[in-house]
Amino acid sequence: MVRLGAFLVGLFFSGMLLLGLGDTVIKAIQEPAQPSAEYEFHEKPLAVSFAHDGPFGKFDRGQLQRGLKVYSEVCAACHSLNLVAFRDFAALGYNEDQVKALAKAWKTEVPTINPETGEPATRPGIPADKIPSPFANEVAARAANNNALPPDLSLITKARADGTAYVYSLLMGYRDQAGYKNAEGKELLKEFPDAATPAGLHFNPWFANLNIAMANPIAGDDQVTYDDGTKATKEQMAKDVSAFLAWTAEPKMENRKSAGWAALGFLFIFTVLAWMSYRTIWADKKH
Amino acid sequence: MSFPWAQEYKPQGTVSKWVDERLPLPRLVYNAVGAGYPVPRNLNYFWNFGVLAGVALVIQIVTGIILAMHYYASVDGAFNSVEHIMRDVNSGWFIRYAHMNGASFFFIVVYIHIFRGLFYGSYKAPREMIWLLGVTIFLLMMATAFMGYVLPWGQMSFWGAQVITGFFSAIPVVGEPLRQWLLGGFAPDQAALNRFFSLHYLMPFVIAGVIILHVWALHIPGSSNPTGVSVKSEQDTVPFHPYYTAKDGFGLGIFLIFFVAVTFFAPNMLGHPDNYIPANPLSTPAHIVPEWYFLPFYAILKAFTVDFGIPFTGIIIIEAKLMGVLAMFGSILLLFFLPWLDTSPVRSGHYRPLFRKFFWFGLIPCIILLTYCGGKPPYTQWVILSQIAAAYYFIHFLIILPIVSRIERPLPLPNSITEAVTGKPLEKAAA
Repeated sequence: MVRLGAFLVGLFFSGMLLLGLGDTVIKAIQEPAQPSAEYEFHEKPLAVSFAHDGPFGKFDRGQLQRGLKVYSEVCAACHSLNLVAFRDFAALGYNEDQVKALAKAWKTEVPTINPETGEPATRPGIPADKIPSPFANEVAARAANNNALPPDLSLITKARADGTAYVYSLLMGYRDQAGYKNAEGKELLKEFPDAATPAGLHFNPWFANLNIAMANPIAGDDQVTYDDGTKATKEQMAKDVSAFLAWTAEPKMENRKSAGWAALGFLFIFTVLAWMSYRTIWADKKH
Repeated sequence: MSFPWAQEYKPQGTVSKWVDERLPLPRLVYNAVGAGYPVPRNLNYFWNFGVLAGVALVIQIVTGIILAMHYYASVDGAFNSVEHIMRDVNSGWFIRYAHMNGASFFFIVVYIHIFRGLFYGSYKAPREMIWLLGVTIFLLMMATAFMGYVLPWGQMSFWGAQVITGFFSAIPVVGEPLRQWLLGGFAPDQAALNRFFSLHYLMPFVIAGVIILHVWALHIPGSSNPTGVSVKSEQDTVPFHPYYTAKDGFGLGIFLIFFVAVTFFAPNMLGHPDNYIPANPLSTPAHIVPEWYFLPFYAILKAFTVDFGIPFTGIIIIEAKLMGVLAMFGSILLLFFLPWLDTSPVRSGHYRPLFRKFFWFGLIPCIILLTYCGGKPPYTQWVILSQIAAAYYFIHFLIILPIVSRIERPLPLPNSITEAVTGKPLEKAAA
C-alpha cells in the first residue's frame, strides 16, 4: 500500500516536472531569452590587492588614515557612517588627543537639543559620538540628491560581493558612454541603443544596472592633500578609501585572524594527540 | 536493551555508590556512551558524524545564549544590535561568526550523517524509529535555522521570511489567513520578529529532547555498521569507551579545524552580502536566495512551472505554486516512508550492486545539481537542469528504490563482522 501510494505520488510529481520541462524547452525555443545590456556589459570587480588581504593580512594604518581623509573630505558630503564612532579611530593609529580633535573638527555637528529652550540644536562631536550623518533624515538626503539615497557606508564592503574590490572598481569605473566597448570589443550603444544613460544618472559598467546616481566622486588627481606626503592620484585615493571602508565594515579583522591562528595551532596539537591516543587504544584491535 | 556481554557499571567509592542508589545518572551515561555500550568494531569515519552533530548543537546553544544577551529583537534595533555585538561586545565578533557558521557546519555534518544512513541502510529494521526521529530532528533544524536567519533583520532575513511564509498562502482558501496568523500581520514585521526570536530560542531545546529519544532508540538495537550484518558475539564489538571516544575525539579535532578555518578566515563565505544591508520592505533584492543548506529544496520548489488541470478546459486543479510547495515539503516527508520503500533485506550499499549505482550516479549528482541550480537566477538553463534533477529525486526514492530492492541480487554477505574485518570466521568457543 505504501509502495503503491509512493509510486503514484512519484509518477505525479515527476510527470508534472517533465511536463514543465517540455514547457520550458518549448518556451525557450519560441521566445529565446533576449540578451540584456546589464547582463553583457556589467563588469566583474577589478583585480586589486590590499595589505589586509589573505589570512596573514593586516591593515596598513597609513593607508587607513589616508582613506579617512578621503572619506571625510569627499564621501562624507553625502554618505553616512552610522556604525562607526570617533573613538574607533584610535584603531587607525591616532592618539586620544588626535581623536578628540578629529571629532571636534568634523564638518557635520552632532544633533542635540538646546538645554535652555529644548529647541533642536547641534554641538561639536566628542569621541563617544557616532559619526554624524550629513543629512538629518532620508527625505532630506533624497531631496539633496535628485531623489537617490546615498547608502550608509559602514558595511558597504561586506554588503557587496567582493566588496573592497567592488568599491575600488566603482570609483575607478566611470566611463564615457559614447563609443564604450567591453573587453570583447562589443560597443554598448550599437548593441543596445536603448541603454543610453538617462539624464541625472552616470554611466559606470561596474554598477549592477550600469547607471549610477552618484556622480564621479574622485574625478581627478590631488582632490585631497595627504598629510603623509603621498601623491593623491585618483587610483591612490580610490584604493585608500576602499581599504578604509574594509576597516569600517570589519574593525575586528586583525583580532579575528590572529585568534584564528592561535585556535588552529591549538587544534592541530589537540588533533595530533587525539590521533595518537586513537592509534594506541586501537593497536590490538583489527578493524 | 543491550548485549548480554555489555560491561556493568560498578560504582567504586562510597559517594558513587550513594549516588548510584539514589539517582543512577552515572550508570546511565556509562551505558549510553561509556564502556557499557558495546559497538561494532568495524565502524568507519562516517560513524563520527552523529557525535559531531551533537557537538554542533552544543556550539549553537552556547553561542546562541550569549548572543541573546546582547541581541535586541526589534525591527529598528535588531540590525544595529548585531553590529553592536560585532564591534563593541568583547569577542562578540567571534561569538556571532561562530554561531553564523556553526549553523552551516551543523547542516554539513547532519547531511553527511543522513547520507551515511541512506547508503548503509541505517533506516531499516530494527532501526526505523531512529530514522523517523532523525528526520524529525532535521525538520526542526530547518525551522530553527530559518527563524535564526531572520533575526539580524537584513535584506535577506526580511525577504526570506516573506518568501517562506508566502508558501502558506499557496494553500487554497485558508492560506492567506493562515499566513497572516503565523506572521502576526500582513508582512514580516515586529510581531513576526519577536515570535521568531522566541521560537528560535525554544526550538534547539526541543531538538535536544528529540536527540535524547534518537539516542535512546539507537541503544535498543545498537549501532549499525558498514557491512550491515548484525552483531553476533562479543568479538564483533568493542566498548564505546575508550575505543569510540578516542576515535570521536580525533574526528572532533578534524571537524573543528575545518570549522575554525572557515569561521576565522572566511566567515562570510557561506552567507549572502545582501544580509549586511538593513531590511527594507520597499526594496526587493534582485535575487532572493535562502541559505545554502536550503538550496536543493528551493530548487524543487521553483522547478514546478505548469499548473495541474484538465487539458483544453482551462480548469486548474492545483496551481504550479502550490504544487511546488507540496513537492518541496514532500521531498523531505518522503524520507519518513523510506524504511518501507526500500524492502531489500540487505542493509549496506556495499553488497547491493544496483542500489549502489543509483546512489552514486543518480542520487548524489542529483542533489549536487539541485543545490547548484537552487542558488541560480531563473534562467532557462538552470530551470531545465533543476526540472530534470527534481524529477529524478522523486523517481529515485518513490519508484526506483522499491523496484531495485525487488529485482536486485545482492552480493554474498560476510557471516559476521569479525569475519569481514579479520578474514577469519568467528571463533565460536571464545565467545
